[in-house]
Amino acid sequence: MTEQLSLDDVSLLLVWTAIAIYAIAFVAYAIDLARRSAQAADAQDAVVRERELVGARGETIAQVRASEDAAAASLSARGRDRARPLWARIGTSLTWLGFLFHLGATVTRGIAAERVPWSNMYEFAMTGTLLIVAVYLGVLFRYDLRFLGAFITGLVAVLMGGATLFHVDVSPLSDPLKSIWLVIHVFVASLATALFALAFALSVLQLLQARRERKAAAAEVGLRTGPGFLRLVPSADNLESLAYRFAIIGFIFWTFTLIAGSIWANDAWGRYWGFDTKEVWTFVIWVLYAGYIHARATRGWRGTRSAWLSIIGFTAVMFNFTIVNMFFKGLHVYSGLT
Amino acid sequence: MSRHRSEGSDGSDRSDGETTDPLRPADHVDGLPAASAGAFDGDGVTSPRLGLVEWLRWGWRQLTSMRTALVLLLLLAIAAVPGSIFPQRSADPNGVTQFRTDNPDLFPILDGISLFDVYTSPWFSAIYLLLFVSLIGCVIPRTKHHWKALRAQPPRTPARLGRLDDHRERVLTLPEGADTAAAAEEAIALAETQLRGARYRVQRYDARGSLSVSAERGYLRETGNLLFHIALVGVLIAVGVGGALTYTGQRAIVEGQSFANALTDYSSFNPGRFVNADNLAPYAISLDRFDLTYQPAGTVAAGQAGDFVAHVTTQLPGQEPQTGEVRVNHPLDIAGDRVYLMGNGYAPTITVRDAAGEVIFHDNVPFLPQDTNMTSLGVVKIADGLPEQLGLVGFFYPTAQPLTTEAFTSVYPDLIFPVLSLDVYSGDLGIDDGTPRSVYTLDTGDMTKLTGRETDLESIQLLPGQTTDLPNGLGTITFENAADPTANEVTDGTLESLSPDGDFGGSVKRFVSLSIHHDVGAPWVLLFAVLALSGLLLALFVPRRRMWVRVTPEAGALRIEYAALARGEDPQLAVAVDQLSARHGSAAAAALGAEDAESGPATEPAPTAEPGQTASDDPPSRPTSKVD
Ligand code: HEM
Repeated sequence: MTEQLSLDDVSLLLVWTAIAIYAIAFVAYAIDLARRSAQAADAQDAVVRERELVGARGETIAQVRASEDAAAASLSARGRDRARPLWARIGTSLTWLGFLFHLGATVTRGIAAERVPWSNMYEFAMTGTLLIVAVYLGVLFRYDLRFLGAFITGLVAVLMGGATLFHVDVSPLSDPLKSIWLVIHVFVASLATALFALAFALSVLQLLQARRERKAAAAEVGLRTGPGFLRLVPSADNLESLAYRFAIIGFIFWTFTLIAGSIWANDAWGRYWGFDTKEVWTFVIWVLYAGYIHARATRGWRGTRSAWLSIIGFTAVMFNFTIVNMFFKGLHVYSGLT
Repeated sequence: MSRHRSEGSDGSDRSDGETTDPLRPADHVDGLPAASAGAFDGDGVTSPRLGLVEWLRWGWRQLTSMRTALVLLLLLAIAAVPGSIFPQRSADPNGVTQFRTDNPDLFPILDGISLFDVYTSPWFSAIYLLLFVSLIGCVIPRTKHHWKALRAQPPRTPARLGRLDDHRERVLTLPEGADTAAAAEEAIALAETQLRGARYRVQRYDARGSLSVSAERGYLRETGNLLFHIALVGVLIAVGVGGALTYTGQRAIVEGQSFANALTDYSSFNPGRFVNADNLAPYAISLDRFDLTYQPAGTVAAGQAGDFVAHVTTQLPGQEPQTGEVRVNHPLDIAGDRVYLMGNGYAPTITVRDAAGEVIFHDNVPFLPQDTNMTSLGVVKIADGLPEQLGLVGFFYPTAQPLTTEAFTSVYPDLIFPVLSLDVYSGDLGIDDGTPRSVYTLDTGDMTKLTGRETDLESIQLLPGQTTDLPNGLGTITFENAADPTANEVTDGTLESLSPDGDFGGSVKRFVSLSIHHDVGAPWVLLFAVLALSGLLLALFVPRRRMWVRVTPEAGALRIEYAALARGEDPQLAVAVDQLSARHGSAAAAALGAEDAESGPATEPAPTAEPGQTASDDPPSRPTSKVD
């Protein structure tokens, strides 16, 4: 090829840089979790010794509630009231840095291709993960969700690494993709995916936290209640309502995705709905999240069961993006892979 | 967050609130505890003796419960999945045929349980129909109830506001000698004005030495929820009715040809149940030219075709002809129909003459593309004019390249070195008895192969403008040059006679496959879908909440309580009470010249404060903190 770096090569270089930075951010966040949960444990131990209640490892429900309340308070703390743990701040700064490289990669790819950078699988993964990070960083202004930092940076680093396997050279769009709906439909779908990812992470934590609460409430002396970082995480109830909030915004975007996709399909293929594989999965995901929202309002389903639905929903989103794109036959052939 | 579950914590509110509370199925989290829910038990266990009416009622209540809706939703999601795994007759008929060939034993079993027609299968239909019955059964009573609630007054102020989670209190010390009764009246009137200004519906309830205002807002939340669910029914009906009134028809037209919108002119036609196919809008479309571009050789996507434009002329009865374009993503609208560009290909012009030189066949024959380089397959059937019926089947290669065997392949989709390669069969075409046969396939069962592999003669191979003999002295065949009809060169029709020279641009006509759709349902589906989306936005983002302000005159002072209760998810509730307390407190203090001393659970009036957290009466065993 040419000796000069093409714009797409620059983009790929930026992608790899971003991946590396996210990976370091992941490490920083992980160190933060380890350190702060150890600190929280020490603080708890001090209380324990004072009261001479239980052995070093166990937690009483009162301790669990206390740590959850502290976590909830810092979750909503703003600005100067926020705790300033060193490693979490390093993690967040690095995530911002990684985000800038990632953004640069996406923009250069768009310029190289002379169109929006989300029209094949590689580009979609690049933009989708960019939005995950953007939503996470945006939410940080409102809630101190840095305990999710390790999950987010880890997930994004892995997904981006995976995406490079799908790298294809810039090529012109096929005719059906030349549509304003490509810009809208796919972008909003990625945004919904980003929100579902956050809801997913919170639902997983919710399950862990609920387990910790149950174990502590059973009050067996010396029982280990779960991973230490749960001491930094608010109560399962709080996590649930936070997850719910992300999920419903995601659901609204997804509903829009579904409608926009139908309008596009009606223009491109002459029917708004045809149960093409990709349509089926978009529908399945929509119904799953409708189920999740219902579950939250159904007696006996709120809590752990609804959390599982959120997890299943996001699993379906990931399945739709990876397996369905690559292995299922249908009209939506845009992975760019042959 | 607002504690959804804590709503029942203030029992006194329940009875007053029932008229304005949204009505929910009995097993909704906001519902009454199972014990008081009457015949329906939250766990589905029933009392032993039930008559038929009770059974029906019980069954109906089960069907319209939240749990049933949830289970049906999950079933719907699961039931939709097989349709993405197995090929569906509706979306991929060829896939189904292929599956049958590959799995002859498995096929009948899977077909027996409708796995190739999942979305019209009895089980899939049962799930969504039950779901919608449940939906309607759920929505009708709620709509009635909501209709009443929309005109009802906010409920009586609870006796003990302090028991609500979101509760603030302040004491205004009045100036020396002020009239506490008048001051209380002024303060409560101010609260009423402020709340009304904040779009609350307000009602005064004065009792036992205190004045109070009860306010409620967010009725749109329930309106949105009902709108969403009703709009889903609308979508379903529009899809169903629309489908019955919809038709689609396909037709290939070659450049220069035209097509009339009548049943006889379609190559395939799929009408909905209520379509009168004899009554189609009378119009005609002719294809003037078909344009497209190719990515040049040597680039990343060399040969990729794009920018397809079919330039057409349309003619409606009694009107001037109009020119128009049909492009991908941009169908042509005509007389309520939409014309889509579904495909394109080459239609070589072929002329066959008999031994006497008489033209017995002359047509543009659409060849179906088989790959991205437009290797195309086509059939010519000559039923009359020769001693025996003749069938020609073969390939057209826009840019032919010889393979090691005598065959060709196409290496580029544009007309660089266009070659037509045909084999000749004679015998019975099988069309005389009226059996419908596809124009794209040749049934060679009753025919004899005259040229090509396993015969003594080579396949016929022609460039545009070339003519060669048919076998057995039957006559001649010409591959006309569409760009230059006068060009005529006689060859022996073999590989050796072909030499790539000259410019073949435009030498072969193109055809387009048009698909014509008449879908009256689609705009309605869109309308209901958009209504559902707007309902969803209202239902999920409009907070429904109650606010109370109570003013109790005390010696030389006013005690003012503010409390709020969420109906449904309401993350901003605590903030809203704080704001009301701060705004009203300072305004009242200013108006009355009073001194403001805040007490109660809220320690600071900052809007971001977390009042619930410091509440001393919260037992530590409950999660007391809030996300907001
Ligand atoms: C086609 C099937 C259905 C879908 C897709 C669906 C979807 C939804 C969605 C997305 C919401 C949340 C938005 C809102 O609060 O308005 C919701 C809420 C609700 N749905 Fe459905 N629903 C369906 C059927 C039903 C049925 C059959 C019932 C009756 C049993 C029902 C009762 C409710 C109720 C009571 C709520 C309010 C929940 C709350 O208080 O938060 N839905 N539904």
